Amino acid sequence: MNPTLRRLSRDPKALIGFTILLVATLSAIFAPMLFPRDPWAMATRPFLPPFEDPEFWLGTDMLGRDIFAGLAYRARMSLIVGLASTVAAVVIGIVIGALAGYFGGWIDDVLMRVTEFFQTIPTFVFALLMVAILSPSMLSIIIAICIVSWPPVARLVRSEVASLRNRDFVRAATVLGESHGRIIVAQILPNTLSPVIAMASLMVASAILTEAAISFLGLGDPNRMSWGYMIGASRTVIRQAWWMSFFPGLVILLVVLALNLLGEALNDAFNPRLARRGRR
Amino acid sequence: MTRLTRRSVLKATAAGVLAGILPAAVRAQGADGGSMNIIAFPEPPTLFIGLDQNGSTQTVAGKIYESLLTFDFDFNPQPGLATSWEMSEDGLVYTFNLVQNATWHDGTPFTAHDVVFTCRDFLMEVHPRARVIFGNCETIEALDDHTVRFTLKQPFGPFLMGFEMSTAPMIPAHLYEGTDYRTNPNNDTPVGTGPFKLAEWSRGQFIRLERNPDYHGEGQPHLEELVFPILPDAGARAVALEQGQVQQSQFFDIELFDVPRLAELPHLDLISRGYEFYAPVARIEFNNRVAPFDDVRFRKAVNYALDRQLFADAIFFGLGVPATGPISKRTRFYSDDVTTYDYNLEQAEALLDEMGLTPDGDGVRTTVSFLRLPWGETWARFAEMVQQQLGQIGIRVEIEPSDPASWTQRYANWDFQMTSNYPYQFGDPALGVARFFISSNIRQGVAYSNCTGYSNPQVDALFEKSAHGVTDEERQAAYTEVQQILTDEVPMAWLVEVDFPTLLDTRYEDVIVSAIGTNETYRKAKLAAE
Repeated sequence: MNPTLRRLSRDPKALIGFTILLVATLSAIFAPMLFPRDPWAMATRPFLPPFEDPEFWLGTDMLGRDIFAGLAYRARMSLIVGLASTVAAVVIGIVIGALAGYFGGWIDDVLMRVTEFFQTIPTFVFALLMVAILSPSMLSIIIAICIVSWPPVARLVRSEVASLRNRDFVRAATVLGESHGRIIVAQILPNTLSPVIAMASLMVASAILTEAAISFLGLGDPNRMSWGYMIGASRTVIRQAWWMSFFPGLVILLVVLALNLLGEALNDAFNPRLARRGRR
Repeated sequence: MTRLTRRSVLKATAAGVLAGILPAAVRAQGADGGSMNIIAFPEPPTLFIGLDQNGSTQTVAGKIYESLLTFDFDFNPQPGLATSWEMSEDGLVYTFNLVQNATWHDGTPFTAHDVVFTCRDFLMEVHPRARVIFGNCETIEALDDHTVRFTLKQPFGPFLMGFEMSTAPMIPAHLYEGTDYRTNPNNDTPVGTGPFKLAEWSRGQFIRLERNPDYHGEGQPHLEELVFPILPDAGARAVALEQGQVQQSQFFDIELFDVPRLAELPHLDLISRGYEFYAPVARIEFNNRVAPFDDVRFRKAVNYALDRQLFADAIFFGLGVPATGPISKRTRFYSDDVTTYDYNLEQAEALLDEMGLTPDGDGVRTTVSFLRLPWGETWARFAEMVQQQLGQIGIRVEIEPSDPASWTQRYANWDFQMTSNYPYQFGDPALGVARFFISSNIRQGVAYSNCTGYSNPQVDALFEKSAHGVTDEERQAAYTEVQQILTDEVPMAWLVEVDFPTLLDTRYEDVIVSAIGTNETYRKAKLAAE
């Protein structure tokens, strides 16, 4: 087994994180089989408290919709937004960071000034503004989160690429006549991936939180509810029905915690200093 | 980045809570005569009722300004600034005798000249709703200082309803005549004839009205002062009421789900009377121009698929009853002799089948959009409920979010398929209902006109006939027929007759005494003897 994977599998943090994520992902995928009823349809009486009716363990919301089923179905929106926006942000970040780090000079200056421009705007307010302008939908939320979260990736990749730029194996490749594009893709990028992967898992967590916050403030996609949307919609009835916002909140907490644990574990696993200690 | 996001959310939440802290200056006082704290939400942009008739402006300014009449719960006219009035047999001449001893808050006597100025000049220029009424007048003249005569071009059934406070608030001629009404400096210092006058307005904090000692009503008003704390946060409003810092809330001040809880508190009464003049019907407006809404079978199918009782119970928390048609039971000339649409999914599906709209592999027959009303959660849930219910018969509903500006713009320009709404009816179908159905009022760019594009010459003729009928019998006959046609052609789906809740401290009495309820003068309101 790959030593990194082996270290990862021995790390309890990674195991806990991975298990929680697996459960969340599976329930998102298999929700229609677990809860054949339409999660939008009124299932029973509204404001049903949890742990009263075995058929509706987590109770119902103000329109009588099953909260348990809702959590499973809405995991899709939250996870899709988290993953899609992170993938997009990582791609943008890698492209910009790699170009800036590899070529340096004025290209670096231009790209980094652009990156700093995005970094100086408060991210959440910027995301909120973009969703408001683009009109709330799943796509606009993904775009907004992506646009506010690529700059750190770009900076990370740039510094990694810049430090690898003058290593011997890169020079050797240059001497062998490989093109710039091939050198970046085949020689340099594979060596920068581990910190990027660790960072990406944390970015998914923060994207899920950002989406929840956007939805909480009422700018979520009304046709594809997410966990944050559930909390936002139930916030005002919290004195009558704590469970409507508590359970989605708990789920967000668990998933974000899981992603953070996994991210840290990945970081540890990729970290060469810890790696040596592990081998001793 | 994770941390920053979390912090932003916390900040947003904290700001919401802190915004609701009540200014200490507005606590209830047990002084002689007593005072009353009433929620003002949102803060009125102005107290000059002549130029602004927003909800909260009416609630505050209704204590400062008066009209000639007010109306009991059954719309029988009651004396205001007029002590008596009569209509000629042919319905063309109305004569009002005014109170003799009324003065404006600056001491100038109130006379017939003020009435003539208000109805003939002022309102005709600035008040669209009043223009509909006083546009019927041939002449408006003062016979002497305390007698006014209105002569109409043709009979106009709801004419007397025009003398409600927000429709025809009396404006002081000596301050406004010959000026530019919109920029008149007196707009900031309201001068009315009402039982209370403005004492202090601390912007963003509270408005304080004090007793008008020269009020024309003998021994009135009873209360020494009225204070209107500005409470922008819904949670803070509920707490203020719960803890006795304010003694009254009205309209949708309190979120509907909080109303049952607060109504059970021993020191609060829930009163649903006093909104007869407004009596809105929560409804879905279809854009009758676009497919599939141009087909009456589709509109009927939607009507059958909506469980009105469920809307009343789950969306309005029981503060409302299922509606049967365009006119509320509380408005004049309601008829129950109409086509009704009981919740019936088979019938709805049969109609869709007949249209050839058959379900595809996912059970979807067609996809339509719903422009969500941007006025808070009740209407967001309303949209979700429509989506859920129509989904049952295979109509997939895409909810389109909107903000107030974009909603108004899209609604006024017919850029929607379905949207919800709950306009006031103003006591008489000629004032509050006809405007949505007559084809002469299909005006692109004007919100609250006939935005559905419904057009039926017969309906036009009936509304015309009933507005200009003289006796209530002939008006009722025409309105019954209109309601039958409209419920058969269903240009809209009428769902719930909404009851606004007034929550009132039990120590006060004679507060809600008319069809305009909390917008009334409160000349009779008093603390009960203990």
